[in-house]
Amino acid sequence: MMDAVLAMILPAAQALLGPLFPLVWALVKIVLIIAPLMLCVAYLTFWERKVIGWMQVRIGPNRVGPWGLLQPIADGIKLFLKEIIFPTVADKPLFVIAPILALAPALAAWAVVPFSQGWVLADIDAGVLYLVAITSMGVYGIIIAGWASNSKYAFLGSMRAAAQMVSYEVSMGLALITVLMVSGSLNLTTIVNGQAKGLFADFGVGFLSWNWLPLLPMFGVYLISGIAETNRAPFDVVEGESEIVAGHMVEYSGMAFALFFLGEYAGMILVSTMTSIFFLGGWLSPVGFLPDGFYWLAIKIATVLFLFLWIRATFPRFRYDQIMRLGWKVFVPITLAWILVIGVWMMSPLTIWK
Amino acid sequence: MEFKAVIFYVFATVLIGAALRVITARNPVHAVLFLVLAFFNAAGIWMLLQAEFLAIALVMVYVGAVMVLFLFVVMMLDVNLERLRQGFWSYLPLGGMLGLLMAGEMALVLGGSYFGVENFPGQDVAAEASNTKDLARLLFTKYAWPFEIASVILLVGIIGAVMLTLRKRGDTKAVNPLDQIKVKRNDRVRMVSMHSESDAPAAPQTDLTAPKGE
Repeated sequence: MMDAVLAMILPAAQALLGPLFPLVWALVKIVLIIAPLMLCVAYLTFWERKVIGWMQVRIGPNRVGPWGLLQPIADGIKLFLKEIIFPTVADKPLFVIAPILALAPALAAWAVVPFSQGWVLADIDAGVLYLVAITSMGVYGIIIAGWASNSKYAFLGSMRAAAQMVSYEVSMGLALITVLMVSGSLNLTTIVNGQAKGLFADFGVGFLSWNWLPLLPMFGVYLISGIAETNRAPFDVVEGESEIVAGHMVEYSGMAFALFFLGEYAGMILVSTMTSIFFLGGWLSPVGFLPDGFYWLAIKIATVLFLFLWIRATFPRFRYDQIMRLGWKVFVPITLAWILVIGVWMMSPLTIWK
Repeated sequence: MEFKAVIFYVFATVLIGAALRVITARNPVHAVLFLVLAFFNAAGIWMLLQAEFLAIALVMVYVGAVMVLFLFVVMMLDVNLERLRQGFWSYLPLGGMLGLLMAGEMALVLGGSYFGVENFPGQDVAAEASNTKDLARLLFTKYAWPFEIASVILLVGIIGAVMLTLRKRGDTKAVNPLDQIKVKRNDRVRMVSMHSESDAPAAPQTDLTAPKGE
């Protein structure tokens, strides 16, 4: 039905807009991705407060609107109306640019994310490389914010962020190498379609053919590194409210502060989506008798996001030197060993990726 | 003008502007950030040349990792600008000569049409070819040995840098996290089996030798 409607509208729009049509059409698609994403970010904050509330035997927000559903909107309006205060000796231009740099990469990365077969803004061959490159830019927002605030706490936060995020990018990238090896492609759609084939998929239990099973250690490494990369608890020493107040965000107020928040939650959704696409089969159905579709991807993203919240409510914060040890001395050797295992496995007669 | 040309000029203008600001910015942190901007625009120009692997690798390696550490160092150092600017004029002749040499070499390549560079055989690349795949194939087959040797040299560099800066200090109280993780409950807590305490019964009048708490 969707295709029929599109087939009706597109030629008319093309005739009306002429040479500007590709630009307008791309903008429309970008809005179609960003607007629901922002809504998801708003309700992820609400869901987080609810879930953690339930886990701690509290009620959580329930005053604004039915069941508290308007709470994120109220929060947004409140932050929007607040004054943005500039510290007296802050580097003003950088102070303003930092929150933008924190949010922009988390949004730009969605350009290559396929939501279903063919539902993708830019179906490029180097999709995985683009994702890794863009997400590695996210650290600039935090570092610049910490430095431009001209505050000791903020600066400590940004130093921690610089070391932690660069370290965990290494293990994330190495974990992705195994995914690339078994998929033989850097294109995200091809990676998902590669997971639809296999012995178990032929028996109708497709979820056993997804990458998470043969790459189980990498799945764990990627998920945990993803939590560290987005600076979520138990790796949130960058914020570390008990030690350095709120780290890089300590001098920010109003909408500038809200942008950091949006960036963090958009980053969480992005990492969950990546985990779903690389390891959990993207939009593929887990069993043969149900059709594939976008809703499977949505369910998988929601599950991984719930895992993020669950972990936050469960574990105490890591100490900084232990975070570094985990990244460099545990994850990097595990990923390197598993790359070797997968390489030998693929070359042996027992290979399952032919 | 073609749309692609417009994009090229935008990237090129920002690139040159940012590169100039790298050497003229007074604040070293600003200079590093302008260098990041310059890298980003260079990546954009490479993307226009359809060298998408090189462009993304530039962003990934330089913007995403190297410049972050650069920024880290520059922010940590309290750079004294006055001292940095000392001796500017005495170094100018040497620096200027090196700059001219580099500019001349680039002119040789860029002004290729004057020197007949276009007579060299061009690369025939199919329109649909993925240059990531092509590069990988070349790197791991034809140039496998140079590639491996380069990576070993880099590894030696990493280990050398670590060894040069690694020093054991006796006066810190830092504990190895591995030792801390290995700790078992029994190393820290000793469980003592004892009878639970209870309130003493009302002070007995007669038998003072009876054991307490029974």
